[in-house]
Amino acid sequence: MKSAVVIFPASNCDRDAAVALEQVTGEKPAMVWHADTDLPDVDLVVLPGGFAHGDYLRCGAMAALSNIVRDIKAKAEKGLTVLGICNGFQVLTEAGMLPGALMRNAELKFVCKPVGIEVAESQSVFTRRYENGQHIVFPVANGVGNYVADEETLDRLEGEGRVLFRYAGGDNPNGSARNIAGIVNEKRNVLGLMPHPERVCDPLLGGTDGRALFEGLLESLS
Amino acid sequence: MTVQNDVSPEIVREHGLSVQEYARIVELLARRPNLVELGVFSVMWSEHCSYKSTRAHLRRLPTKAPWVLQGPGENAGVIDIGDGDAAVFKMESHNHPSFIEPYQGAATGVGGIMRDVFTMGARPIAMMNALRFGAPDHEKTRHLVAGVVAGIGGYGNCMGVPTVGGEVNFHASYNGNILVNAMCVGLARADRIFRSAAKGAGNPVVYIGSKTGRDGIHGATMASAEFSEDSQEKRPTVQVGDPFTEKLLLEACLELMETDAIIAIQDMGAAGLTSSSAEMASKGGSGIELDLDRVPQREMEMTAYEMLLSESQERMLAVLKPGREAEAERIFRKWELDFAVIGRTTDTGRMVVRHHGRVVADIPVHALSEEAPVYQRPLARPARQSGKPAYDRTKPIAESLLKLVGSPDLCSRRWIWQQYDWSVMADTVQWPGGDAAVVRVHGSNKALAITTDVTPRYCRADPFEGGKQAVAEAWRNLTAVGAKPLAITDNLNFGNPEKPEIMGEISMSIDGIADACRALDFPVISGNCSLYNETNGEAILPTPAIGGVGLLKDVHRMARIAFRREGDAILVIGETKGHLGQSLYLREIEGLESGAAPPVDLAAEKRNGDFVRELIESGTVDTVHDISDGGLLVALAEMALAGDMGALVSLPADCDPIPFFYGEDQGRYVLGVAPEDAKTIAAQANATGLTATLLGRTGGDKIAVDGAGALPIGALRRAHEGWFPAYMGADELPPTN
Repeated sequence: MKSAVVIFPASNCDRDAAVALEQVTGEKPAMVWHADTDLPDVDLVVLPGGFAHGDYLRCGAMAALSNIVRDIKAKAEKGLTVLGICNGFQVLTEAGMLPGALMRNAELKFVCKPVGIEVAESQSVFTRRYENGQHIVFPVANGVGNYVADEETLDRLEGEGRVLFRYAGGDNPNGSARNIAGIVNEKRNVLGLMPHPERVCDPLLGGTDGRALFEGLLESLS
Repeated sequence: MTVQNDVSPEIVREHGLSVQEYARIVELLARRPNLVELGVFSVMWSEHCSYKSTRAHLRRLPTKAPWVLQGPGENAGVIDIGDGDAAVFKMESHNHPSFIEPYQGAATGVGGIMRDVFTMGARPIAMMNALRFGAPDHEKTRHLVAGVVAGIGGYGNCMGVPTVGGEVNFHASYNGNILVNAMCVGLARADRIFRSAAKGAGNPVVYIGSKTGRDGIHGATMASAEFSEDSQEKRPTVQVGDPFTEKLLLEACLELMETDAIIAIQDMGAAGLTSSSAEMASKGGSGIELDLDRVPQREMEMTAYEMLLSESQERMLAVLKPGREAEAERIFRKWELDFAVIGRTTDTGRMVVRHHGRVVADIPVHALSEEAPVYQRPLARPARQSGKPAYDRTKPIAESLLKLVGSPDLCSRRWIWQQYDWSVMADTVQWPGGDAAVVRVHGSNKALAITTDVTPRYCRADPFEGGKQAVAEAWRNLTAVGAKPLAITDNLNFGNPEKPEIMGEISMSIDGIADACRALDFPVISGNCSLYNETNGEAILPTPAIGGVGLLKDVHRMARIAFRREGDAILVIGETKGHLGQSLYLREIEGLESGAAPPVDLAAEKRNGDFVRELIESGTVDTVHDISDGGLLVALAEMALAGDMGALVSLPADCDPIPFFYGEDQGRYVLGVAPEDAKTIAAQANATGLTATLLGRTGGDKIAVDGAGALPIGALRRAHEGWFPAYMGADELPPTN
């Protein structure tokens, strides 16, 4: 599986994503600058966490207009697998590649902590190595992670099995609608999620629940 | 040059310069300074930049060891951590700005200390913060806590550098003068350290980063005077931070440092362009010429005075090898940052500044640095508090424990650290809540342990013992995770040094720090002094904060505070005499801030610590907590809370329960050890002259003291976790007890 990680100005989880990808796939991902116009030939592209363009205007708004996202959007329509984590999720909603939007956390504070998450749907390239309903722990680290969409969209997401991850056990860290932590697009090749699977791929850092996500991608895309 | 003499005695006074200092400036220049030059002298000779009150005393601190690659005097200190790696660190205060404008004050404090570290060629890998606020019931405290925490998070989170720990105290002496001390630790290659000496003439001086505005003018001068009622009027002297630009500056600087184009580099911190250019020239033994018309400017019609004294953030000054400008410019343009050649180095030994084609300042560099005043201010030895305060022997042990773990100084800081991204960079092995934070050295099996410590109430009672204790506690916290303590950075926060009793506190604290550093082989490699922390004549508690860094050679041989296994034996290493003076027990339960500070026996400290560290390194012990604020029973409660597992302990024969469980004797650790090892370890300890006390065992869901009651973990947790969110969220203050 060939992969790439995009670097926007003030991305800050690009290295973390690259390390996790290399650990699981054994191959270093290509690091791609936001101003580049063409994505290299890869099977997976990761939009990492961070504060692209300082979160100015709206989180992800300026990054969504970058050269590289224009190319990623076109390739995703043809089936390229895209994973947006945290700020990457915000970029995907701003680019119109996923429905809804991320708002400021309900408590209006940045929150960084491990949270219990339920795998709501294991039928996807991202979650195939998890069981339906499996409980896992990923850390969140965001100030703008409160997922919102209109009721019709939320019903559709749930009806079509496009909510892949939900906050579980009554601990919704940011007030997201219907406890949504991660969703896919209609074609099921673009995932956006607020928690950080790449930070839990090493037992020393408090868990390995994130590995299965990357292993599932490796299995599907190799 | 034409010297317009618009400098009146009032203007000299407004610049914080004394009559004698002004006379000395005239002597050094062999003429009267103009207003621009006066401004330059005023910041360079300010307490903040010149250390004029403390310099003579700071010389007593030990700063050398075979592993010290760079001691005090650079942007940050550097130590060798093996395999060609170096750790770069420093702690710095941003007290005055944070009181006036807590969000921006704290945010720019974080930004400033990060620049100090990446200027040296290091990638920042961890942040710590030592915070002191006023009494919880003071009208401003909650607002200041909220603003400072949000500011630290706002800046550090965007930078993508984990904030991994720190400390927080509340005390009425900080009501009008909070302390915000930020520490940054970075990682560099030992053979790729960048310094600030601008050696050689004819080299281009380049300005990189943000544009210059009018913000922060005279920030350094503000930090060198006391506050009064009208301090809010000083808001315009507080800088505004932009972590986005800083993140770009970090990446651009590290990219430029991959080349060999840089001769010297220095961040523009306090006193901005003036201080960075003068210091670089001074250290390089060169001169410097600046053309202000080339400085990237954010505002219209800025004067030379404003540009030289601006403290706009996210700026750096570098001296490049000639001919390398275009290569450097390409990197900064890629990161969308300003880049301008604004001058060159010379061999004249003078700092010459031009604006609109005219020379507006012409000053010998040595007059700004080497000739800056150094004062031996009069000092009075402050009276040491002594004696053993009386206490009520009938107070129930368990009830007091519940009060203590839920008190403002001992309760959980989760409300704070959940607002900091402590897990970004995916190397944080121990996050806030333990004895020291542990951050892996990326891509290796080793790790750095980091802590910040000082107990200001001890320092007030006895500045000498308090200074020793701050260093000893930092050493102990690093030891408790299994790290070998290597070096410290000190952030000396005191009141007005022109008062002999304050100067006495400073001098005695430094002596205490120096003694402990020598005994523990734990040199000072960087630091910062923050004086004039007074409001309306009332000084803060003396607060010499110590930031310590240690090395774990194998991150898998590490201890944590959490109880891990039911049935582990609980062993206390170190002697418990039951020292209640200045304890939190006395303050929270008896309402007394009195008695002698606990003495630190440095030889015992070293023996006990070395013994514990060897047990961790050999893989025999993985559960350790040092005993500090609150004493032994509070340490046990913290271990129980972290492990969600209780303990049953009994009082040794002939011990008085309250002093035994709540005394704050120094040099002690609690260990959780396999029952079959307990006797051997105790025997080993006794054989080497250490005190080891077998206290009980882990297990169950209560902290139980044989014959003195029990507390369910759930109740302890509610008390421990409850205070902070209730305090920050409530309209009414929660009861502190």
